[in-house]
Amino acid sequence: MVTQKDFVLAVEGLTVSFDGFKAVNDLSFYVEEGEIRVIIGPNGAGKTTVLDLICGKTRSTEGSIKFRGKELTKMSEPAIVHSGIGRKFQNPSIYEELTVFENLEISFPRGHSVFGALAFKRSAEVIAAVEEVADEIFLSEHLGKTAGLLSHGQKQWLEIGMLLIQKPDLLMLDEPVAGMSVAERKKTAELLNKITQNRSVLVIEHDMQFVEDIAHRVTVMHQGKVLSEGSMDFVKNDPKVVEVYLGH
Amino acid sequence: MSRVEIRSYFPKSDLVNFAVLACLILIVLPLSMDIFRLNLVGKYLTYAFVALGLVLCWGYGGILSLGQGIFFGLGGYCMAMFLKLEASDPESTKIQSTPGIPDFMDWNQLTELPWFWEPFYSLPFTIIAVLIVPTIFAYIIGVAMFKRRVGGVYFAIITQAVASILTILIIGQQGYTGGVNGITDLRTLLGWDIRTDSAKYFLYYLNAILLFACLFFAQWVRKSKLGRILLAMREREDRVRFSGYDVSNFKIFVFCLGAAFSAIGGAMFTLQVGFMSPSFVGIVPSIEMVIFCAVGGRMSIFGAIYGTLLVNWAKTTFSESFPELWLFAMGALFIGVVMAFPGGLAGLYTDKVLPFCKKFIQKTRSGKKPQQIKVGPPKNDELASPDLAAVK
Repeated sequence: MVTQKDFVLAVEGLTVSFDGFKAVNDLSFYVEEGEIRVIIGPNGAGKTTVLDLICGKTRSTEGSIKFRGKELTKMSEPAIVHSGIGRKFQNPSIYEELTVFENLEISFPRGHSVFGALAFKRSAEVIAAVEEVADEIFLSEHLGKTAGLLSHGQKQWLEIGMLLIQKPDLLMLDEPVAGMSVAERKKTAELLNKITQNRSVLVIEHDMQFVEDIAHRVTVMHQGKVLSEGSMDFVKNDPKVVEVYLGH
Repeated sequence: MSRVEIRSYFPKSDLVNFAVLACLILIVLPLSMDIFRLNLVGKYLTYAFVALGLVLCWGYGGILSLGQGIFFGLGGYCMAMFLKLEASDPESTKIQSTPGIPDFMDWNQLTELPWFWEPFYSLPFTIIAVLIVPTIFAYIIGVAMFKRRVGGVYFAIITQAVASILTILIIGQQGYTGGVNGITDLRTLLGWDIRTDSAKYFLYYLNAILLFACLFFAQWVRKSKLGRILLAMREREDRVRFSGYDVSNFKIFVFCLGAAFSAIGGAMFTLQVGFMSPSFVGIVPSIEMVIFCAVGGRMSIFGAIYGTLLVNWAKTTFSESFPELWLFAMGALFIGVVMAFPGGLAGLYTDKVLPFCKKFIQKTRSGKKPQQIKVGPPKNDELASPDLAAVK
């Protein structure tokens, strides 16, 4: 038995079955403090499902997900968020009708109950927090802009910013650079390296160059299971991985 | 910095809107109409409460309820029960076989007042019940639906079914509810005759003041963070949920708020019109109320009120001459609104009328000063819809 104290996230024996089809099958992996872990794998390997399971969008059939020793599989989605997990969706999920400022403000961790939201005041503290994050995600010039008018890359950054303002201990990103230009990709890698100073990050990504740039360790998934795990160099040369990616 | 200035709950443009509406309802209409017509306007304005609730519920929250008549009716029935009890004192009902109970109970061979009628002898209880009963009912529906993540069309259909069930229940339980005729022949409120002209003026103004109170409350809600969360939720429910909000609680809140507004309208309806019947509870009135809101503009709290007044005025005028055609006209109106101007009257105003006026002003100005002819293309900001502008 591994001591869970050393890990931010411990996934053990995780299984989810959709009408008999096991999208994730007896999956185990561990994420350490301050680590950037990238999950790669062919389409349909169950990568996004793993994130769904961790953040509570999908309920597991079996197994456990422990976050700092706390079991997540039975918690409600907002409770999981409040325990310190932030998740970015595959397509940029932002509120297009609201301004960049308001997008970030909604994610500010206060006033999350109905009456808390009614009484919420835009205090100096909130403004300072929003401006700080906006600076990090390269959007400080666009705070008053309606979010729908941002470019695709900026929307991705905005969603990352909405997670940052929550100050999560574990950040989960589903394809953060999909559809970005080379320049934007570079900037995003820079951003991720900067924001992981005091948190762990779990990333799903297809772009191998980007994975090499950011990953501390890589988990390769195939058909709901872990195929290989280790440094990028290790998994690149693992014959099992080569077969899955090139064999067919 | 102006871009992140502390948001005002009552920006200048909205204050102007409030003033114009207050001027119309409190001064222009009472001065230009006889009491019969004004009483009709008062009746229309009771529907405006429902439309206002729908702006928050449907426009902002994205929850289409086709059963707002339920809450309008419950509020109205609570008020009607009090007035009916007052009208049924033993003295004026002495020809009945059981004096002292409402006439329709006597006709249905009831010999004593049902237990749930008893508390309605008290006016304070009645006023509380008008607000609380529909809100609790909405809360139960809301919890049952939203906690299970039922939404969209399914929710709309279920509310419609509930409206239908309630109508059947009211009609079926004739002895307790007055059946299809409703509760009629209401006369006095604490001895004050509500049928006189002066009472009608008083009730009209009371109704208008309550409407403005609700408007102010709605304005506060939509300008608070809750209003922005509703908009965010309508667009990206999952994003809001995974930002740490329990989305269902917000939906329940706004649905209950809509119900409470409707109930106030219902109670004022009973007072001004002098009766309440199941024909204001069911599916058809509920859908009509959605049409009022859609015509006015479901994103505008002011538009909803103008929409209600306009559609009802058209209904009265039209159905006085062509009673059979009204329903078709109404259907056509609804289709027209959805197809041609989904923002309703308010959307039409901000998208078409305002830019036109601005252009016109620009033109006349540049005509006066020829050196300013180079007027750039209108900015995106100016063409944006009212709501986009409002959330800025």
